Formats: sequence, C-alpha cells, structure tokens
Amino acid sequence: QYSAICIFFSFQQRIEIHKLRQGDNLILGFSIGGGIDQDPTQNPFSEDKTDKGIYVTRVTEGGPAEVAGLQIGDKIMQVNGWDMTMVTHDQARKRLTKRNEEVVRLLVTRQSLQKAVQQSMMS
Amino acid sequence: MSAAMDTESTYSGYSHYSGHSKKAHRQGRDRHKSPRSKDGSRSEKSVTIQTPPAEPLLGNDASRTEEGQDDNWGETTTAITGTSEHSISQEDIARISKDLEDSVGLDCKRYLGLTVAAVLGLLVFLTPIAFILLPQILWRDNLEPCGTACEGLFISVAFKLLILLIGTWALFFRQPKADIPRVFVFRVLLLVLIFLFVFSYWLFYGVRILDSKDTNYQGIVQYAVSLVDALLFIHYLAIVLLELRQLQPMFTVKVVRSTDGESRYYSLGQLSIQRAALVVLENYYKDFTVYNPALLTASKSRAAKHMAGLKVYNVDGPGNNASGQSRAMIAAAARRRDSSHNELYYEEADHERRVKKRRARLVVAVEEAFTHIKRLQAEEQQKVPGEMMDPREAAQAIFPSMARALQKYLRTTRQQQYHSMESILQHLSFCITNNMTPKAFLERYLNPGPTLQYDRDRWFSKQWTLVSEEAVTSGLQDGIVFVLKCLDFSLVVNVKKIPFIKLSEEFIDPKSHKFVLRLQSETSV
Repeated sequence: QYSAICIFFSFQQRIEIHKLRQGDNLILGFSIGGGIDQDPTQNPFSEDKTDKGIYVTRVTEGGPAEVAGLQIGDKIMQVNGWDMTMVTHDQARKRLTKRNEEVVRLLVTRQSLQKAVQQSMMS
Repeated sequence: MSAAMDTESTYSGYSHYSGHSKKAHRQGRDRHKSPRSKDGSRSEKSVTIQTPPAEPLLGNDASRTEEGQDDNWGETTTAITGTSEHSISQEDIARISKDLEDSVGLDCKRYLGLTVAAVLGLLVFLTPIAFILLPQILWRDNLEPCGTACEGLFISVAFKLLILLIGTWALFFRQPKADIPRVFVFRVLLLVLIFLFVFSYWLFYGVRILDSKDTNYQGIVQYAVSLVDALLFIHYLAIVLLELRQLQPMFTVKVVRSTDGESRYYSLGQLSIQRAALVVLENYYKDFTVYNPALLTASKSRAAKHMAGLKVYNVDGPGNNASGQSRAMIAAAARRRDSSHNELYYEEADHERRVKKRRARLVVAVEEAFTHIKRLQAEEQQKVPGEMMDPREAAQAIFPSMARALQKYLRTTRQQQYHSMESILQHLSFCITNNMTPKAFLERYLNPGPTLQYDRDRWFSKQWTLVSEEAVTSGLQDGIVFVLKCLDFSLVVNVKKIPFIKLSEEFIDPKSHKFVLRLQSETSV
C-alpha cells in the first residue's frame, strides 16, 4: 500500500482493496451513499451540501476495506480509473461490484486529510 | 341596616352608587356623601365585607324592594380612592346639570330640523301637481285640449310621484337615532339644492306661464314631468351621497377605553368625524365589556401606596419649589425597593384560584338544580294537573339551591351589582322556557358581557361628548385622534387609513405540479 499525497493540487489517497469471497459474492466490506440521482442535503459526511459524489457511509469491521485503510466519510473520486464524481448511485454500485475484478483501486479524498495538509502547509 | 354599614368604612363613590338602582336615589346619595368625604381618611385602608344574612333569599324579596336597596346582592367593599373623593362630587353636579340641559335644549334643534325638512318635502311633492292644476283652474277656457300624449303624461307623472314618495319614505323617514353636535353637511346641502331647484322652477313657471297665460297645455304638462324627473335624479344623488359613499371601507379605527385598555378595531368608510363617532358608539354598546368600576380600585390602591409614605422636607430654606419637590418624590419612589410586584403576582394568582374554585362550585350547583326540572309533554299535561308549574314558578323552585353559589361567584368577580335577584330569576325562567342547558344559563354570569346586556341604570355611559381637534363635520383622515368622553371614562379613537394594496396575478398551469422523490439510499458493496 502506498499513499501518495500531492501537496499542491489535490489531497487524495489511493487505496487498493482486495475483494473477499463470500459464497457466490465478492464483497468489499463498506457501504456507499450519494449519487447524482440522490438528495445531497441528506449526506452527513459532505462539507458542501450540493456535493453529489459517492461517499463511504459504513465500513464493516475487519473487512477488506478497513484493512486497506478506507475510512467512513471518504469520498470516492475514482474506481479503477472510472470517474465516480458524476455517476448515479446504481452506476457506482455496479462499478464497484464487477464480478471479474478481484482488486479495486480507489482514489479517495478525505476532509481530515485536507485539513492535515493545510495545517502542515501553514506551519 | 344601611346606617350600620356606613359607619365603619370610607367609601369610594362607585360602591355606593352600585347599591342604588334607581335614578331618584341619586339625589339622596349626594346628600349622604358630602359630609362623609370630609372625615374620610386617605392613607388608611379599611375593608368591610358584609356577609349576607343566612335566611332564604326568596323571602327577602318583599322587604328588599321596600328598602329600595340591594342588601343581599350588594357588597360593600372599600378602598383608598385618593383624590377621587372630591372629584366625584363635582362629577355628580356635572351629571345632574347635564340631565337638565339635554332634556330642554337639543330637542328644539332636532325638531326644528325635522319640521324644515318636512315642510320642504311637502312643498316639493305638491309642486308638480300645482303646475298641472293651476292652468286648469285659472284659464281653463283658453287652454288647448289635451291630446292622448298629454294624457299619457298624466299617468307618468302620477307614477313617478308615487315612486318618489316611496323612495323618500324608505330613505328619509326614519327615527333619528342620535343627537349630534353639528348638522350633517350633506343633508343640508341636499336640502339647499332641492330648495334652489324648486325655487327656480317656480320662478320660471310664474314668469313664463302664469303671467303670459300660455295656452300650450301639453308643454306645461311636459314641464311638470321634467320637474319630477329631475327630482328623481336628486333622490338618486341623495342615496349616493348619504348612503352609498360611506359603504366602502377606507379607514380602520382603533378604539381604546381609557380605564382598562380594552380595544377594538372597526372598519369605516368616508364619514365625517361625528358620524364616525356615532358608529363607534353604536358598536361600543355591543362589543366592549361593560364598564365595571369595581375592577379599577385595586390598581388605584397600588398606585397610592407607591407614593404614600414619602415626605419632602425643604432643608435649604423658604421657597416652595413645587415641581422640584414632586420630581424628587418621584425619583425617590422609583429608587425605593418595594416588593409591590410580588404582592401583585401573588394576589392575582390567589384571586384566579379563588375564582376558579367558585366557578366550579357554581357550575355543579346549577347543573344539579337543572336536573330537578323536567318539561312535560302535551299528553302528560293532562295526567298530573296538580303539580304543573309555569316557567316562573319552576325558576323560583330551583333558584334557592344555586343562589348561594351564584352570589359568591358574582361577588368574587365583582359583578354583583349588575345582577339583581329579579333579573336572575327572569333569566332562569327564560332559559327554562327555551330548553337551555345549565351552561347556556351560566354564560351570562361567567363572563362580563357587553353593555347592552345589562340594565340601563348600570351603564355608566349614556351621555357622550366628542372631543376633537378638527371640526367635527370634516371628514376622516389618516392620523386623526378624537376622544369620546362620558363622565366616568373615555374612548380614545385613532384613525388609520387602510393601505393601498398592490395585487398582482400569477397563473399556475395545473399540469405544472410535478414532484420527484428525494432519495438517499445506502448500498453495501
């Protein structure tokens, strides 16, 4: 796992999750909320209440996502290179649960990450 | 009995007035009052409450009317009245003199106006008939014969005069309902207009027709018809000026009673100030609760206690700086830490609790009393002829069981002088006759009602004076304030214009009502 933090242009983290096989399904171990067809004002994790991006709303304990370092409240920007900022909820789900992929590489952004970098820039 | 009540207490004028219900006793009351006001003490408060005798109240009816005083229904409470002891005697004098004045002076003015209008009306009505008849009487032989058209005009004149008569009767023949200080400007203008109009017609008639003895009878009849037509138009003008113009509301008027701050709002059209005052007074009698002086004594006593106990000593030498002294007193009184707010709070809470308790007892007593009465149906009436009672007797039969509770409640809410036993009995028999429930019977006693509900002698407000800075015949304008004063209180009237309303329209297509669901789903992956 490598986390690259670009100081000047984005506060993003790359997370690689290996899917776990449970019976017939491959699960990632987190829940998503949001999407362009959803109501952005009900999103508790977003700073800007018009943000219709995909957010991580729950992370199951001990699951692959937690092991990989995904945290609750993260906004998912890309999945395996596919953009996730302007997708519907169902499209997001589909992109995460492709049956032929065993590893998903997410590009996430996190508010705490932004603030930490901002603070370190100022000091 | 009355002497025993008098010796122990200082009286405020109203509690004594409340004991007497007849006008004739007013003179006697003044004689009682003047010696007492000199020995009344100002700074001490003594309260004497007479509990009613315990015998049944029905039996006292005869003796009560002989004494002419409400012993059972009047409570003698006393309180500090401050300066009002002296001013009351002046007010009584003013009241007596006003009574004398208005019975003589204003009647003349009213009847003069009426007679002038009636004479003018009669003259105007007979004029067309005279126009038609005079040539027939004076130079009948020279007149051209009246053809069909001319005779048709006779019919039209007759019917138009009939319509005019009915219209005038409907519009003008009314009981004058008020005495107002100045004449109605529009009425006078109309009378003057009618007079000038008819006068000019007569002038023309006299010169051109009577003098020259015109023979064209049809022309004369048409002249009379034109007069009647014009009179009908003047009648139309009268309707518009006198009735229709003030119908559209243009002003909102706030009326506040000076003694307890009770206020109401009314909508008025374009009226003169005196007519607006009339409207306000007509509505006062039905909207405002009755003026009860017994409710005001508490605040007066509080105010008096606030300033009492402070004396000013002039240390710096002679020189009576009265305004400086009073200012010093006010400042000292304001700075003094008194707990009168505490007293007020607990007193009011206590009073409310007492009123609620007594009200509960009263409601229960009345409900129980009403269960003893049953209305007999028609067929039952033949079966038990001996025990039948008419409403009055039925009321008298159930009254004693509720009398005490009712009397106590009225005393607690200080309404006892507004309801005599006779009036209560009458109301009870009225309610029984009309199948009213106990709650309907009690509605009159639980809350103070408008002034019209009570006996005329208890009104305290029959003579009104209009106090205004503008002329009373001028129209209402925004911001005008005038005061309607009667002897005991006044109504302050504030006029405000109804704002100009800008109303715009927006069309909504019924098909444009569309909705979406606001979702926030969570999917686990």
